[in-house]
Amino acid sequence: MKEKNTIGMQIAGFFKWIGADLKDIGTTFAGGDFRTRISYIIMGFGQLLRGQWVRGLSMLACEAGLLYFIFGFGMQYLKDFGTLGTSGRGFNPDGTVSYGDNSFFILLYSLLSIFAILALILLWRINLYQNKEAQHLLAMGKRLPSNGQDLHSLLDHNFDKTLLALPCLGIFVFTVLPIFFMICVAFTNYDYNHQPPSQLFTWVGLENFRNLFSTGGEGYGSTFFTVLTWTLVWSFFATFLNYFLGMAVAILINQKGIKFKKLWRTILVMTIAVPQFVSLLYVGKMFAADGLVNSYLIKWGLISRAIPFWTNPLYSRILIIVINLWVGIPYIMLIATGLLMNIPEDLYESAKIDGANAFQMFFSITLPYMLFVTGPFLLTQFIGNLNNFNVIFLLTQGKPQSMNLKGGAGYTDLLVTWLYKMTVNDTNYKTAAVIGIMVFIVTAVISLVVYNVLPSVKDEEGFQ
Amino acid sequence: MTHKKRVGLTISYIVLILISIIWLFPFFCLVLQSFRSYQSEFGGMVNYLVPKHFSLDSYKFLFSEGCQFTRWYANTFIIACFVSVLQTLVIIFVSYALSRMRFAGRRLLMNIWLVLGMFPGFLTMICLYFLLKQLGLTQGGAVPGLILIYVASSGMGYYVCKGYFDTMPKALDEAARIDGATRFQILYQMIIPLSKPIIIYTMLVSFMAPWCDFVFASYVAFGKSDSYNVAVALQRWVWTNDYQGYFTRFCAGGILVAVPVTLLFMFLQKYYVEGVTGGAVKG
Repeated sequence: MKEKNTIGMQIAGFFKWIGADLKDIGTTFAGGDFRTRISYIIMGFGQLLRGQWVRGLSMLACEAGLLYFIFGFGMQYLKDFGTLGTSGRGFNPDGTVSYGDNSFFILLYSLLSIFAILALILLWRINLYQNKEAQHLLAMGKRLPSNGQDLHSLLDHNFDKTLLALPCLGIFVFTVLPIFFMICVAFTNYDYNHQPPSQLFTWVGLENFRNLFSTGGEGYGSTFFTVLTWTLVWSFFATFLNYFLGMAVAILINQKGIKFKKLWRTILVMTIAVPQFVSLLYVGKMFAADGLVNSYLIKWGLISRAIPFWTNPLYSRILIIVINLWVGIPYIMLIATGLLMNIPEDLYESAKIDGANAFQMFFSITLPYMLFVTGPFLLTQFIGNLNNFNVIFLLTQGKPQSMNLKGGAGYTDLLVTWLYKMTVNDTNYKTAAVIGIMVFIVTAVISLVVYNVLPSVKDEEGFQ
Repeated sequence: MTHKKRVGLTISYIVLILISIIWLFPFFCLVLQSFRSYQSEFGGMVNYLVPKHFSLDSYKFLFSEGCQFTRWYANTFIIACFVSVLQTLVIIFVSYALSRMRFAGRRLLMNIWLVLGMFPGFLTMICLYFLLKQLGLTQGGAVPGLILIYVASSGMGYYVCKGYFDTMPKALDEAARIDGATRFQILYQMIIPLSKPIIIYTMLVSFMAPWCDFVFASYVAFGKSDSYNVAVALQRWVWTNDYQGYFTRFCAGGILVAVPVTLLFMFLQKYYVEGVTGGAVKG
């Protein structure tokens, strides 16, 4: 109830803000001198005439660049955004090559143009704001910041803009744009039958989502739910087994009277240090049908036929979780070691006086403390395991596959490894995009729910 | 020492020794198999562990004329060095801006990045591939292409570093500003020298990451073996060339990759522990 209220208020606040902003644009124009008014069309005009040529020129350059991009380049793609192209590459009646449209570029550059338009609007608004401020300062009889001051401020109170400009640009081009692109692809029929430039793809609405959930016929429904269930089961075990066993190992090493503490830790940490593709590929091979483990078990006469570690769904699932312990325990051990030392010694002393044994002390002091401190960490671990591509892919590549599972999925596939196979092996981009969105939804829901029940978020004062 | 305690400690030692054996056993096998003779024994998977003849055949092969191992090694090393430096710079910049400065849209930016981080990385693979292709940075140009990709989005990994900056008292900044220092000078002359541990941690982590990446690397370098990194190349040896007896060569290559990286890690272990512990507590 309370939650809804705040969201409602946020939406109302947003519209109020928009209204106030529009009103401000109007009053700026009404109260503006001719420099400000011309700046509504020629950005940076007012700044230039007032002698702030650094601001003026950069505004003007941005406007010119963005307008040139939008009209000189983006428009030819943006006009086809509704259809994603009508004619693919082919031959004209006279035998010459007709280049036609390319859905991929239409979609990509249309998105880029839309972002360019948004950027232009934002800059335009900043430009108006700067004009209004300058006019206001002059009216008060104050001096405007000089060009030198403007440039200097980029290293001082506007240093954040200097620092964040390149990282934000990188994230925009290589993360934001591709993510928006792929979200759009989820609503198209981009797959092996629709590969531009020869075959175009187009919008199909929610068909891919329906296809993923439907259990009959061509639908991926049963496969999707099998993979999703295993993803969650895997994440659960990979997170909590590692957590508790890692903590146990840390306690074991931390005990009073154990010597060579550093040596034991260093041995365990080897699995973090050695690149995973070496260690996991090797360990994966050890358990293969002709691998070391099976060979020796046969030689010693313990079994007569190789244990199908990687071909039996249940065995491979269990083995993956076990091998992941080998990878994950050292990591948790390192973290737990540092934290365990932070627990005040007198808590244990007083518990001992009250006659508590080691187990009681663990469950009433150590565990609550650790859970409290590492709550958010457990959440990120869980999310990380949902997307734990390396361990699964290096060990099994999602195998064993089966006729019961569609889309090349196997019994140890996580959603992300399935997504990867869809992209690389099947070039089934539309379904890959839908799976990607599903991963996002699962991640977001879990994060939101857990975050709202975590004690360390609710009660920051606890244990302090 | 009481009798009970002594028994407890003995059991602990036994468990620790068992754990150590389990943890070291695969590496032990890896080393042994890398020395198996290729000439007199099979180079693929065999059903015994200790080689009948110890030899350096597999290592010799890696450095022989026909094998591009040194090339792959150099590729990976170049990528790792560039990524390590550039990524650390980006992360320091972002962390400083988000931790020490207050500006309009700061919360919004952090929330947007948090949401972006919830999308799986492989989702955008094809789009990134085409973007790189437009820039001519695939196949032959995969090495700069990969550096670009790794560095471009690294700003979103600011959490640990920002957490560290947050623990430094703000009063330091304020005192410096009263003395007339600009934000740039504060970052350059005060924050960076004070954050040596976290900078080393960030550099170490970003140096180690490219050694393990084979998914994206194989996609970008597709079909151009000159541009492979070690992970891509060795993974191909295990999966596709296994039947030709490349297994011991994989072991040898793996050792050559693992030894320097492991030594570096062990050498800087202290900083790594500091980084992960700090990061874990802040979440």
